[in-house]
Amino acid sequence: MSAAIEIAGLSKQYSVGFWRKRPRIALQPLHMEVQRGEVFGYLGHNGAGKTTTLKLLMGLIFPTAGSARVLNLDIGDPAMKERIGFLPEQPYFYDYLTAPELLTYFAQLSGINAGNRERRVRTALIRVGLRGIDRLQLRKFSKGMLQRVGLAQAILHDPEVVILDEPMSGLDPIGRREVRDLIQSLKDDGKTILFSTHILSDAESLCDRVAVLQKGRLRVVGRVSELTASVQGRMEVTWRDAPAEALGGLAVENRAGGDCIRSVVLEAELDAALQALRRARGRLISVTPIRRSLEQYFLEQGDTETNLGRDNEPRLQFQTSETPPFDTERIAELAK
Amino acid sequence: MIRRVLYIAHNTFREAVRDRVLYNLVIFALLMIGAAILFGQISVGIERIVIINLGLSAMSIFGALIAMFIGIGLVSKEIEKRTLYTLLAHPVRRWEFIAGKFAGLAGTLAVNACLMGMGVYAALWYVAHRLTSGDVSLLGAMYCIVLQLVIITAVALLFSSFASPVMAAVYTFALFVIGSFDQDLHAFAGLAHGATRWLAMAAAYAVPNFASLNFISSAAHGIGAGPKLLALNSAYAAVYCVTALAGATAVFERRNLK
Repeated sequence: MSAAIEIAGLSKQYSVGFWRKRPRIALQPLHMEVQRGEVFGYLGHNGAGKTTTLKLLMGLIFPTAGSARVLNLDIGDPAMKERIGFLPEQPYFYDYLTAPELLTYFAQLSGINAGNRERRVRTALIRVGLRGIDRLQLRKFSKGMLQRVGLAQAILHDPEVVILDEPMSGLDPIGRREVRDLIQSLKDDGKTILFSTHILSDAESLCDRVAVLQKGRLRVVGRVSELTASVQGRMEVTWRDAPAEALGGLAVENRAGGDCIRSVVLEAELDAALQALRRARGRLISVTPIRRSLEQYFLEQGDTETNLGRDNEPRLQFQTSETPPFDTERIAELAK
Repeated sequence: MIRRVLYIAHNTFREAVRDRVLYNLVIFALLMIGAAILFGQISVGIERIVIINLGLSAMSIFGALIAMFIGIGLVSKEIEKRTLYTLLAHPVRRWEFIAGKFAGLAGTLAVNACLMGMGVYAALWYVAHRLTSGDVSLLGAMYCIVLQLVIITAVALLFSSFASPVMAAVYTFALFVIGSFDQDLHAFAGLAHGATRWLAMAAAYAVPNFASLNFISSAAHGIGAGPKLLALNSAYAAVYCVTALAGATAVFERRNLK
């Protein structure tokens, strides 16, 4: 069986400038495959080319070179769109409509027959957690609610492939978890999901594989665990009732806020740090892993192929994992 | 295929209604009521002509303003607000979007003109206390106003497919003004010589001939447009709209939605 999404040398170049047109490469020739039934994360910083790739796949912009096929259909084939769902980044809809009206409109355009429309609309709204909003126009929706409407329209016609551009954007922690659950349930239904994000923890918790894009170039494709295996993480330890010097030289960084002190330590030295804290009779509040983004990791590896402009110096950017996958029992034991 | 065009047209009509576009009818109604009361009292024998002239001119101007200002936003607003991204992510071809948007606004304008037409007849009935068989000729003039509005919509769509909203409005308004004096342009071409003649002639045929679609004065005097003329005007409007929409589609089909 062929891959769900096959991208062969897809590239995009814009001309910028008024008098003298200069080329600006948004996406360098991209070769990639997403297998059927896979949850595939598309990672990279803002401006890395993620949205460009997804827009190319959706036919919203046209490639400078290369081609792509989704479910064995060329991306220019309108029949392809009957079988895929798409959520654009920060979606905006006709604000004079209510959510059921909007979804009914999209259901009509997707060819869902009249007998099934209402049921599909109801199901999609319930699935994204929107209830009791039947009479509310979309202009009165919050950003998070609009994101949910966007997700509902993407899954409304039961597509085989779902493409989501920053699906967690604008959502609160509960909303983010619900979206993760939704993606997981779509995977359980056998759907193929391609979603872009710049947050590693989202990709790590959901994806079978990820691709990392940097300055329009594909850097790597693989499993998150494989890609981060050699990344030495850092941990943030928060405590109280002990002096800031309690961790001694183990703390890379110390910050005091209120009654608490937050220290960053290397992951390898966490045990020693917790023991030092116990000796100082400090009270442990939390231990949170700090994860670097994959892109940052690749920058730090000093990859000579990386082509950064003057205004794109590597920035030290850390992502704090929202739901730390940490052994709490071990922490409690060490803190005794 | 046609269904999708109709769904988009229906949504465009719904947008116009919910954005209170039809509120212009309130101003029109007030104008007609005021005119009927005023001219019913001060005009002797010409109140019918005044009401028809005023009513049909208002219908034409109100309609043209709606066609221009909503027409130029049909495409650009969808791109600017990015509502188009989700629309085109569904199995909708770009030409279907253009055709649906055009049909939706044309339908809005037709409904608007129908309601205004009823207002004109109501005002006529108020001042004359009866309607005559000659008043049927108004329908032909109203129909030709709708044809004008439909052409303006197509032209606005064409310009908005490649120009900024402001420039599209300027171009459309300029074409509306020039088209309203198209017969003068033809007359000028007849008097000119050499390259000027050819240029003027080309321009006279290229711009929409709104002058030939204007029957307001003749309708006020009870002279209606014959069925043959109406058929020819319909064919002219159809050809002009199809050409303008084909141009808009050709541009839009190649446009990157950044």
